[in-house]
Amino acid sequence: MVFNIFRKKEQPAGAGVAESLEKTRGGLFGAVRNMFQARRELDAAFWDELEERLIQADLGAHTTADLVDTLRETHDKRRFDSPEQAEAALRQEMMRLLGGGTVGLNLPLPLAVILVVGVNGVGKTTSIAKLAKFLAQSGRKPLLVAGDTFRAAAIDQLKVWGERVAVPVVAQGPGSDPSAVVFDGIKAARARGADVLIVDTAGRLHTKINLMEELKKVQRIVQRQIPDAPHETLLVLDAVTGQNALVQAKSFTQAVGVTGLVLAKLDSSSKGGVVFSIAQELSLPIKFVGTGERVDDFAPFDAGEFAGALFAE
Amino acid sequence: MFEALTDRLQGVFKDMRSKGRLAEEDIDEALREVRLALLEADVNFKVARDFIRRVKERATSLEVLESLTPAQQVLRIVDEELVATLGGEPGRIDWTGKTPAPVMLVGLNGAGKTTSAAKLALTLRKLGQRPLLVACDTYRPAAVAQLETLGRQIGAEVYEEGTHASPVDIARRSVEYGREHGYSINIIDTAGRLQIDERMMDELVQIKAAIQPTEVLLVANAMTGQEAVSVAQQFHEQVGLTGLILTQMDGDARGGAALSIRAVTGVPLKFLGMGEKIEALQAYYPDRLASRILGMGDMLTLIEQTQELYDQEEAEKLQKKLVKGQFTLDDFLGQLQQIKRMGSLSSIMDMIPGLSQLTRRPEFAAALDEKQFKRVEAMILSMTVKERQNPVILDGSRRRRIARGSGTSVHEVNQLLNQFRQMQGMMKQIGRGKIPKGIAGLMG
Repeated sequence: MVFNIFRKKEQPAGAGVAESLEKTRGGLFGAVRNMFQARRELDAAFWDELEERLIQADLGAHTTADLVDTLRETHDKRRFDSPEQAEAALRQEMMRLLGGGTVGLNLPLPLAVILVVGVNGVGKTTSIAKLAKFLAQSGRKPLLVAGDTFRAAAIDQLKVWGERVAVPVVAQGPGSDPSAVVFDGIKAARARGADVLIVDTAGRLHTKINLMEELKKVQRIVQRQIPDAPHETLLVLDAVTGQNALVQAKSFTQAVGVTGLVLAKLDSSSKGGVVFSIAQELSLPIKFVGTGERVDDFAPFDAGEFAGALFAE
Repeated sequence: MFEALTDRLQGVFKDMRSKGRLAEEDIDEALREVRLALLEADVNFKVARDFIRRVKERATSLEVLESLTPAQQVLRIVDEELVATLGGEPGRIDWTGKTPAPVMLVGLNGAGKTTSAAKLALTLRKLGQRPLLVACDTYRPAAVAQLETLGRQIGAEVYEEGTHASPVDIARRSVEYGREHGYSINIIDTAGRLQIDERMMDELVQIKAAIQPTEVLLVANAMTGQEAVSVAQQFHEQVGLTGLILTQMDGDARGGAALSIRAVTGVPLKFLGMGEKIEALQAYYPDRLASRILGMGDMLTLIEQTQELYDQEEAEKLQKKLVKGQFTLDDFLGQLQQIKRMGSLSSIMDMIPGLSQLTRRPEFAAALDEKQFKRVEAMILSMTVKERQNPVILDGSRRRRIARGSGTSVHEVNQLLNQFRQMQGMMKQIGRGKIPKGIAGLMG
């Protein structure tokens, strides 16, 4: 197997995350920032333009309306003297939506289980590899379980990633029962002394009832082995996804009790603004962001830093 | 709750209908709702604005306001404008002028290119073509293996050179290979890439220059947000697209991205990807999608799917039986198996007017469970041929035997027989040209 992916961009590892995030934010809210600076008056056109910018960042019609209304009300009460003041107020409100700073993972010893779920093509397998490396670097002993037994070559894909990040992978053949693979995974983790089990699952549309039931079954099998597991159920979202991400978050939360989000592919020019709607409606913490194709393009999500950087120059 | 665009528009026009006559403010109010619904469906902000402007111009004409059925008039205008924006003609794949005709699939990571490639191969084969799948994604781990697995599933050959060769060379050599081996179309699966990644975009430009494809299709996910427009624009500007495949249309995303991409690039939509089963690529017709968006269901697609899977003779025989009221449990089992081949029940129900909302109700969701299907199948298969032809002979002891044989209970067997009797009654009525009340209500 050749590590083609590393051929693409020869950048020093680790430098990527901050830089990619910066770029995203620049594209993301740089426009909003410019708008505040260019305009000296907060007239009707200003509010319309603000609405347009937020909607185009995928914040959604409702969240955008809420934000703009809040800002307008504040303006009516105590007139912003300058666009800078309006900007500060907006930033404050957006930070409030995202909640506090960083929300870490709950991974108790001796063995914690992380279930990774999401619709097809959002980047689950890649995110798992990155998460495994992240955890290994912070001193944990992760083991990966190839629970996507459905999609062609998904098991191979996870194995390749496992090799790349030097984390062992437990797998059975294609088409086998995911619950059985997970059961094996738990046994293997105990035998090998691994302390975090990361379970990859097949991508599934949240509207497919039988597939959501299958996911519940996987969860039940895990619970039977370790009563308080899975300790984390992470939903991976693609940053390019629009308002459907909110429906996904709701459905998966309802079915398997999502504990946190991983926002993948934030390296694109995608805005990922739907996380504000999700935060507003579901209070689900974003735990990690994937910012690029390299295995180190992955970092814990920091709400304060994120919101603060939205308006960075 | 973000409702689907369909439900939303239905709600809006239900309110308007109950009023009968419209004032200009009524239209404004309705159009505000339509705009909101479009935005929630991820239609691009600017596209939605232009769309609303066009509808309003036409809807506030005197002719509409004074019409006795203004709501219907507005609905018609919305529908017409939607169809106009979505594009006027069904998309086709161009394979003329070259043998083999190269067809490139491009798009972001995770859009569904590899799956779509296999579905496209199957679709083209049905049209009498000999497609060759070409694995040019040398970046994503196991992408080549994925295409090979899918190729095996549908019995199509895959041209691959592993992950060491350059995608440009692989594409070029695949054309030679295709020519020597008598293939008519090469479907080139390329790696997912960001529209802002210059190096990767340049690779596409090089592949295109090397093989001069007859089609360059953008594969995009129906769930894509506002960014869909700039993705499509960038790919179009740099590589020159000829069409679009919209994937994951079997989810509950209404595909507002389709409207945006079409409006901004003018590139026609060609196919919709629905479902993970490799048979499901559907031809795209703008009027059908517009109808679906407006909540009128997608009956034509359903009919077409059914026709394709149905043996014509079989269907005629069944029809005769229906008319005579000779519908047996065997026929019922046949129907179940047909439906299973067509995909999930809920995706079928989504295409039927008035039923799409039902699939979201929990009591129906449970009934649509595929497990229930298997139980019914097991029960019928546990009956003798005689019993299936004439269920009247099913006494207590026979029912107990069937329950044991199928791993169900006598109660369940009784339930099935009751349901079947009711269905038989309904079928007879339909056969006589009467639509039973229950169904008429659902369709209304």
